[in-house]
Amino acid sequence: MSNTPKEQEKSNLSFEENYIDENIIADKSSRTKEFIKKFMKRKTAVAGLAVIVILVIIAIIGEYIAPYDPAAYDYDNMLAGPSAAHWFGTDHYGRDIFSRILAGTRLTLGVSLSSVIVGAALGTVLGLLAGYYGGVIEMLVMRSSDVLFSFPDILLAIAIVAILGPGIINVFIAVMVFTVPSFARIMRSSTLAVKSSLYVEVAQSLGCKDGRLLFVHIFPGTIQSLIVNFTMRIGSAIMAASSLSFLGFGANVTDPEWGAMLSQSRSYLNVAPHMVYLPGLVIFITVLAFNLFGDGLRDTLDPKIK
Amino acid sequence: MSRYFIKRLLQIIPLMLIISIFVFFFIHMIPGDPAKTLAGVEASVEEVEAIREEFGLNKPIIVQYFDYMKNLLHGDMGRSLKSNLPVTEMIASRMQYTLRLVFAGILWAPVLGIFIGVICAIYRGRALDHAGMLFAITGLSAPGFWLGLMGIEIFAVRLGWLPSAGLDTWKGYVLPSLVMGTGIMAVLARYSRSSMLETLREDYVRTARAKGQKEFIVMFSHAFKNSLIQVVTILGLQIGGLLSGSVITETIFSIPGMGRLLIDSIFYRDYPVIQGLLMIFALQYVLINLIVDMLYGVINPKIRYD
Repeated sequence: MSNTPKEQEKSNLSFEENYIDENIIADKSSRTKEFIKKFMKRKTAVAGLAVIVILVIIAIIGEYIAPYDPAAYDYDNMLAGPSAAHWFGTDHYGRDIFSRILAGTRLTLGVSLSSVIVGAALGTVLGLLAGYYGGVIEMLVMRSSDVLFSFPDILLAIAIVAILGPGIINVFIAVMVFTVPSFARIMRSSTLAVKSSLYVEVAQSLGCKDGRLLFVHIFPGTIQSLIVNFTMRIGSAIMAASSLSFLGFGANVTDPEWGAMLSQSRSYLNVAPHMVYLPGLVIFITVLAFNLFGDGLRDTLDPKIK
Repeated sequence: MSRYFIKRLLQIIPLMLIISIFVFFFIHMIPGDPAKTLAGVEASVEEVEAIREEFGLNKPIIVQYFDYMKNLLHGDMGRSLKSNLPVTEMIASRMQYTLRLVFAGILWAPVLGIFIGVICAIYRGRALDHAGMLFAITGLSAPGFWLGLMGIEIFAVRLGWLPSAGLDTWKGYVLPSLVMGTGIMAVLARYSRSSMLETLREDYVRTARAKGQKEFIVMFSHAFKNSLIQVVTILGLQIGGLLSGSVITETIFSIPGMGRLLIDSIFYRDYPVIQGLLMIFALQYVLINLIVDMLYGVINPKIRYD
């Protein structure tokens, strides 16, 4: 059959020479490079990532680089508009709004990030168990998710605060619970998909234990959808947490939480509109950055949807 | 179809039962004695006992739950701890405002959102697409309370064109409907774009083009109509989301709807009202989803309900 000289030559080579090519072994580092290359092409996603990095740095060092003490009252400078001395102006106690935003970054990001992390972890484990074991566990997890999903959007978070009462810890719990069902659902369906793949079947037939099978073999297969949902949820968590604070359920009014700052600004809308514009703008940019980053990740990891 | 409808309607019953159990037991887990709250701080032990007797608070919690459910079936949700008015009446009188807001939101947002999405899909990859999607993600990331407050500052305080509170004239609806609709518009623009792109890849679209059909007809008659099916699902979820958006909108614009009532009741720890409102919100959401499922049949006669 092999008539051409080239094919003739090929068939003379040994199996190793013919089929094992060092260069085409799945190379993890080149896959990462490929991913980075693809991701970097998405300008808006890169911009989002840059903003997130800056925000994280501010969350860490914010209170040290703040030009003023964020809690210091200055009764000579109440409700002053933006100026060279106070870039974002001052609030009704004369506190420097720019310093308060810097100092509040840790609180705002901290509450949202930690609640999404804990909620995602819980939801992931529940989703994995539901998808893997099926039966009663699946029914319990999925029906509970249905119940939680019957309260649309932040109404669930509000419902939880309604039950637990106001306070920043309760906002954390509320946003966390509000995060769990979405992860449970997504992880269940990814688990179902991965579970039926060949490599899981092989591991199972080799006598792999359930725990190992779930966390070593199935979990890594679901990680892409996990990452994408995770980034997407941070934006909505920030929005939910600041909405709760805006409604007066979250941070203490003395805390420099962004939503709480906006909540107070309502009473001074006529005289000091900068109190509304600037903290709101910061929330908006933060949520936008996470959404753009999440969109970019999704498009890079899952090129189907474009 | 009617059989399917009845089946779905019957499925709501167990879901609402579970929701009622969740809400009831969680609310009763909260520390604090509602009888004491009701009697006031200066009440004697006998007075507190009398109230406990009157409201059935001395009975075991399971019995209390069954009593509550029995009354609920007669449309009785108990009385408010704050005003002593029947909860059902309080909610009924407030519901119209919330529904008006929801309606004001759906009036424009889905139409504009779907329009943007379809235009973006048609001009995929070009400047118009990028602009449209940037607009959508911006709308998705802007907190409603910020948009509302800025709207009041610009159009009510500065320009004096629109009222800053209430729904007395048509002008009063402009800003609230903007706050209610922005998110839904953004989500629908994103979904209808990807749904439209997916349909454009279908064989029947290629066939239509191959037989020389005009591009306009291909886009709207073949692609757009079919892409709507996915969009309707999202629309249903989003309309449910509007219910929660009303909480924020009612707070900003001082509208006496269900959302405002919920917030006030949380601060006063008026449990019967919170309980009733959570049940009604959940029921509305579940019903909206049912209606959306029914709409599928209208849009896509291929779908058979078995």
